[in-house]
Amino acid sequence: MATLTQVGRSVPRLEGEAKVTGRAEYVHNLRLPGMLYGKIVRSTVAHGRIAKLDASAAQALNGVYRVVTIEDVRKVIPNPFYGPAFHDQPILAAGKVHYVGEPVAVVLARDPHVADAAAQLVEAEYDELPAVFDEVEAMTSKAIVHEELKPAGTFPDLKHLKGRRDTNVALDFHLRRGDVAAALAQADHAFEHTFRTQQVLHLPLEPYVSIGEPTDTGLTIHTASQSPSFVRIEISRLLGWPENKVRVKVPYLGGGFGGKLYIKLEALVAALALLVRRPVKISLTMEEQFYTLTKHASTFRIKSAVKDGRITARECEVWWNGGAYADIGPRITQKSGFTAPGPYDIDNISIDSYSLYTNLTPAGALRGFGIPQLVWAYESHTDMMARALKLDPIELRRKNLLRDGRPQATGTLVKDAAIEAVLDRLALRMNWRGPFERGSGSVKRGRGIAIGFKASISPTTSIAIVNVAADGSVTLYCSTVDMGQGSDTANAQIVAEVLNIPAERVKVVHPDTDVTPYDMATLGSRSLYHMGNAVRLAAEDARNRIAALARELGLPEGSNVPVAELFQKKYKMQAGNIIGTGSYIPSYVPPDPNGQTSEATPFWMVGGAGVEIEVDTETGHVRILKLVNVVDVGRPINPRIVETQISGAAVMQLGFTMQEKMEFDAGQVTNASLADYKIPSILDIPIDMQNEVVEAEQGSGPFGAKGVGESGTFAVSPAIANAIEDAVGVRLTALPLSAEAVYRALRKAQGVPLEE
Amino acid sequence: MPTIHFILNGEKVVAEVATHATIVEVLRDRFELYGARESCAQGLCGCCTVLVDGTAVSGCLYLAAFADGKDVTTIEHLAADGVLSPVQEAFLEAGATQCGFCTPGFVLMASQLLKEHPDPADDDIRHYLSGNLCRCAAYPEIVKAVKLAATKMRSGRT
Repeated sequence: MATLTQVGRSVPRLEGEAKVTGRAEYVHNLRLPGMLYGKIVRSTVAHGRIAKLDASAAQALNGVYRVVTIEDVRKVIPNPFYGPAFHDQPILAAGKVHYVGEPVAVVLARDPHVADAAAQLVEAEYDELPAVFDEVEAMTSKAIVHEELKPAGTFPDLKHLKGRRDTNVALDFHLRRGDVAAALAQADHAFEHTFRTQQVLHLPLEPYVSIGEPTDTGLTIHTASQSPSFVRIEISRLLGWPENKVRVKVPYLGGGFGGKLYIKLEALVAALALLVRRPVKISLTMEEQFYTLTKHASTFRIKSAVKDGRITARECEVWWNGGAYADIGPRITQKSGFTAPGPYDIDNISIDSYSLYTNLTPAGALRGFGIPQLVWAYESHTDMMARALKLDPIELRRKNLLRDGRPQATGTLVKDAAIEAVLDRLALRMNWRGPFERGSGSVKRGRGIAIGFKASISPTTSIAIVNVAADGSVTLYCSTVDMGQGSDTANAQIVAEVLNIPAERVKVVHPDTDVTPYDMATLGSRSLYHMGNAVRLAAEDARNRIAALARELGLPEGSNVPVAELFQKKYKMQAGNIIGTGSYIPSYVPPDPNGQTSEATPFWMVGGAGVEIEVDTETGHVRILKLVNVVDVGRPINPRIVETQISGAAVMQLGFTMQEKMEFDAGQVTNASLADYKIPSILDIPIDMQNEVVEAEQGSGPFGAKGVGESGTFAVSPAIANAIEDAVGVRLTALPLSAEAVYRALRKAQGVPLEE
Repeated sequence: MPTIHFILNGEKVVAEVATHATIVEVLRDRFELYGARESCAQGLCGCCTVLVDGTAVSGCLYLAAFADGKDVTTIEHLAADGVLSPVQEAFLEAGATQCGFCTPGFVLMASQLLKEHPDPADDDIRHYLSGNLCRCAAYPEIVKAVKLAATKMRSGRT
């Protein structure tokens, strides 16, 4: 490859100055003339039929413009159910409520305080129904969340669920490879454990916010969304309109992390705006984020057969707590589910992965698309095996690693996955063979490592446009959403590399579906690879057209005349454009009934973590002394932004590991505020935190790059649990690893358990 | 509605404010300043930070009526003449922003810290910034930025 000048350079974020001066645009800041504010009235029960909904007192309050229920919504959207996998979620509760916090009505007012006050006056009464909250119980529970399943028809593997009744299973994914029973029968050892994860949430500091604005030609939606193209397609489907009547505009996002995907408030503000023919804004409060979307709680039963230090079989049963609406849960169940055995070369595998409806806040993708839940289980399990077999945990892993050219559980041959390099660098940075201080007195020290991997959700499409203006300045149009991950800057670097200009001179147009072309969504670390490839193709197309123009003007090949002069020569003035387009979709083969496919994913992401910790045996408090994150991102496009992505992801996962947990009482979240639900602050950062990108290249990626946003999350949780056992000899199998959980385990191990 | 007189970003201003209005609402609705942002509404995240007489306060809890007679500075004032302050410059150079939503609060809090501790120890930095949350967790870069800003300011670039 020729020397790169733009790719591989730590270009400062293009929008950096706008962010440090407070001028960056967010929907949070946007106000339109004549705009009304909406306040949502929410369900107070987990499952029930709406017996009475009386808005008269709210409607009578001075300053209230209108109170809207599902009956009003049906006037503009007759079939008001949406969702990416199932059309199961109503714009407002339709006859039934399925979780505490479900939107039941909306109060509209000019003054948001009036809307807040009036929302308290809407009276709702419910005939309660039996509810189910636990994902394993939901498999057999008599409490059924939805009477009938309504798959969206988008995904072939959901079609068989259409019309199914009396079940909470929103997807059952099965994979079979080899003969697990035979391998278990022939094994030297078999190990079986069950692990659980808790509900946590994205909690972006800019809470969910959308504005619907009726226009002469249709409707504009200004929204803090990671998926503008999906919003346009889904809203136009709901309205029965052509796509081009719906315009979706997205400025910067104050964080997303997988929460601001698909439809959140967009269908509601669309309906409201069309009903009242005025712009309507809904900004959720911090509390309301707890009633919008969570990460899946999960239960994972894993069983392995070992013979001569080799893992010969692995049986995985995973239950995903999807909450009241499927959102993207069924895709997580399958697309991440197939990596449940981990980055190991195992001949005999069975996976059963179930997406379940329960009466809790809906669950969706959260920085890892299900992978951190899986790695938590398989890397805790793998460590427990190493301990039981008295093998070094790194050596056991090394002996069983999945290497390039070998088939993963789906049968897809692994390519460009630097799993071994990640493990090697982790061992080196942790000085694994060196002496280790074990602590003294009541404070014990321990260390642990873990590695995980992820497939990219596939197949998905990205399209980009590169526009070269008559003065040679360059504009990129794409619908990738910069929510802090630095995609604007990275995409500008790709354009700049191809067109041989400084990245700082490329302008990136923010998603606006009237202007920027289709992109599946900004999720699952897919954008740098998929959009990056599309952007590269668009820039190459523009470059080829510039060369064609030079030929047309009779210039010799490689004459290097500035672009502005070419335009001048052709149009005799500063005029014209050159438009390059690029479209990218990787090849993909759908799995057969046994989950087998030759092409499961266009690329693999690899992430490893190592920790040194201190456990206070008198309090159970765990202190992280050192956290090492090692990842394979292919070739980094912007090394500094890559590093902030790795450490940011790791710290977020540290919160999910050590402290964050949504508490429920009969389905009601009881800690729905930052006062009671603590996210990591600057005091929670390990003093010694190291991040490393291994030497690697993704052959099919733009300039050898692939996604990075999630890889830092994969291995943090099990590395810490492994270190806790190393320090004090107790094993925790459920997150979070709170001081209370550690102390309870210590007391239990001493034979003096605490009361529940 | 009470009328308040205060200095906003160096200029004398007057505003009629509802008794329940917070300073962050008044800045947004009356003065079109959006850099202080309400997020948690409990004074716990620091996104709404503004300086009142040089001290950082949570704008979501600070009633606008209290600002009467005070000197209020928002993020918009730090580069009012088009030149970034050393703290802003350092945040840029250290790559201390991701989504940017919390950034103004961190910049203002760090500005107060450096005024009071021109050469802050790590503990000072952690103490002062512990009331500002960054969900993207750019904390290591933020610590670097504060140290870089301290160096810039001590070397006379103020």
